[in-house]
Amino acid sequence: MAFATTRNTIPLPIAGVPLLDIAEFRREVLARIADGGRLLLLTGLPGDGNASRLLAAVADDAHGEILLCSALVAGAYPALTPDCPAAHYFEREIREQYGIEPEGHPWLKPVRFPPGGPMIGDTEFFSVAGAEIHEVAVGPVHAGVIEPGHFRFNCHGERVIHLEISLGYQHRGVERALRGGPDRRSLYLAETVAGDTTAGHATAYCQLLEGLAGAECSPRANALRAVAIELERIANHIGDLGALAGDVGFLPAASYCGRLRGDVLNLTAELCGSRLGRGWVRPGGVGRDMSSETRGELRQRLATVERDMRNAVDLLWKSSSTRARFENTAVLSRVAAAELGAVGPAARASGIDLDARRDFPAALYRDRRPAIAVGETGDVFARARQRWREIENSVAFLTQLLEDPGEGPAVSTIGPLAPNALVLSLVEGWRGEIVHLAMTDAAGRFAHYKIVDPSFRNWFALGFAMRGQPIMDFPLCNKSFNLSYCGHDL
Amino acid sequence: MFKTLLARARQGYRTAAFPPQEPVMSALFRGRPELSRDTDSSALARCAELCPTGALRVSEGRPEIDLGRCIFCGDCVAESPQRGIAFTQDWRLASSQRDGLIVSGDGRPNIDALDSELRRLLGRSLRLRQVSAGGCNGCEVEVNALGNIVFDASRFGIEFVASPRHADGILVTGPVTANMREALMMTYEAVADPKLVIAAGACAISGGLFRGNEEVCNGIEDLLTVDLYVPGCPPHPYTILDGLLRLLGRS
Repeated sequence: MAFATTRNTIPLPIAGVPLLDIAEFRREVLARIADGGRLLLLTGLPGDGNASRLLAAVADDAHGEILLCSALVAGAYPALTPDCPAAHYFEREIREQYGIEPEGHPWLKPVRFPPGGPMIGDTEFFSVAGAEIHEVAVGPVHAGVIEPGHFRFNCHGERVIHLEISLGYQHRGVERALRGGPDRRSLYLAETVAGDTTAGHATAYCQLLEGLAGAECSPRANALRAVAIELERIANHIGDLGALAGDVGFLPAASYCGRLRGDVLNLTAELCGSRLGRGWVRPGGVGRDMSSETRGELRQRLATVERDMRNAVDLLWKSSSTRARFENTAVLSRVAAAELGAVGPAARASGIDLDARRDFPAALYRDRRPAIAVGETGDVFARARQRWREIENSVAFLTQLLEDPGEGPAVSTIGPLAPNALVLSLVEGWRGEIVHLAMTDAAGRFAHYKIVDPSFRNWFALGFAMRGQPIMDFPLCNKSFNLSYCGHDL
Repeated sequence: MFKTLLARARQGYRTAAFPPQEPVMSALFRGRPELSRDTDSSALARCAELCPTGALRVSEGRPEIDLGRCIFCGDCVAESPQRGIAFTQDWRLASSQRDGLIVSGDGRPNIDALDSELRRLLGRSLRLRQVSAGGCNGCEVEVNALGNIVFDASRFGIEFVASPRHADGILVTGPVTANMREALMMTYEAVADPKLVIAAGACAISGGLFRGNEEVCNGIEDLLTVDLYVPGCPPHPYTILDGLLRLLGRS
């Protein structure tokens, strides 16, 4: 067998992952992808001596299976990217983290500029030649309360021919700090992979621990985690809709949505004291149980918020000037989204029917899940509309969860982690598919920890969507993706 | 147009009455910690081992918490409340002195308002350039909330501007990654004198969770002179707003 098969949160002995030679590895992975598989992850693992071990995870979305295989490489190997564009960013990362050269990669540039490498921003930017071509450089410090990153536009007049995005300014060493754990910092490092996705990343981390420990949370604990994840989705989506309205100068909807986002964050604070959900998801369950009075009150407040959100967002759909700015702007085609491996609402808005809650269900989502919305046109309008449909679905789902959160303790103790094992944990966060991968050593500590935030897959898609667009539409297009810098930079 | 006006009526007036009206925090909010003076110090030492950022220390037998490092996770109280640590609902946490963030007993951080000349210059109009220097975007979420209609910092003349040339100071978030250090310093240099420096969140104050990672500079302490420290992970918008208003001598 070329592949070992596993599922979300089910650990596997490392020895059970087939070790192929690189030619076979390449052939098998590409054949799976040509056959409808999706590249979930491509990363290096500590290998033997000078060699590193390449690990590929291919998703079989239709069956909820994850196929794994590996190969030992030293120095260089023939890149997968020319045959599988979705590998491009992973291979850049492998080169940066392991010093292995993916030969034939068309775009080998640094990803995060970690210590010991080139200075941040010291890269050969793509440049377009010809009469009347000009470049616009923006960042790292942006005009607003926004994370840092550098954008380089090649323009012909107002039209963007190419946008290059160079990140790494937020690189603070999260993966490296997780190695050797779990320890007293680990859970909080997971929470702060992306602060706006605290519940999503904390759940991915905790599910991974529970998988390695062979532990299960109670149905109630799983439901209470899902409450936090869905509240996070609603808060961020309504915030994004407000920001989109703001970017086209439609201030009433911007103001109302900004306030409503805060109202949803305040609901999260009722669970755990923190508007961002800090301290709610914990290994073995959640911080505390929720009384039926609190659940009733939350349901009531959620209904009020839902009514106000509908009222505010309706203004967006009914304002023809807003629609004119949203429609046909920055289209990400279905083909491009699939080839680049885009995920989350940005991909679903382009017609990619992918959602880890349904495709790789773990915990609660095995039995209960919200309806999944899929769009079509892939423009700013579709991405905005997608946000609203996901809000509607999440509100309906949350209402059910709060009515009947199931039974069991809020938190259970979990035992030691399996030694020499490998596990993947997938969670559909509000931006899309979050993947955490851990490999344990003989003592059951993290020998390796890898995080793939959905933004890691989607940044390039944003650049792609901007091609041929007027540069003035960049803020709008950017907001319609609303990707994470810190989740990418780690 | 008519629909927009109707929606305005329906959405209502939402701006908080703070100040002077005190906000109501969620029942589980973890604010300023209080430490009992007569607790078994060996139990406390064990408790300090749980602290993910080394904020809880035992100094000469007395426990103290450095709010500049604390992420308010509550792990130190979760295991055993008898250890004499409790997080109160007090959301007023900012201090104009770094030492003021180290609390023991029921001590409170204190803010000395700016001198009268600076208050005359900035008291009614403070423009800040926010610099995000390597955090998790949590602080940015809460700083952004100051601009929404609930907190509405602009009613006090406090606004975030796009260019450091238009700013009276910078508000820094994040542990200052090696990769952001130069951009942060250049932004600071670009602000005209006199200028303020505000460190918001545990990361900017001390490096927070990322303290000691080779990728970061452990906050802005060693880089810039700080006028206001706002603890939290992230700080609540009210904590930030209250800190700014008291610094300006307005509350």
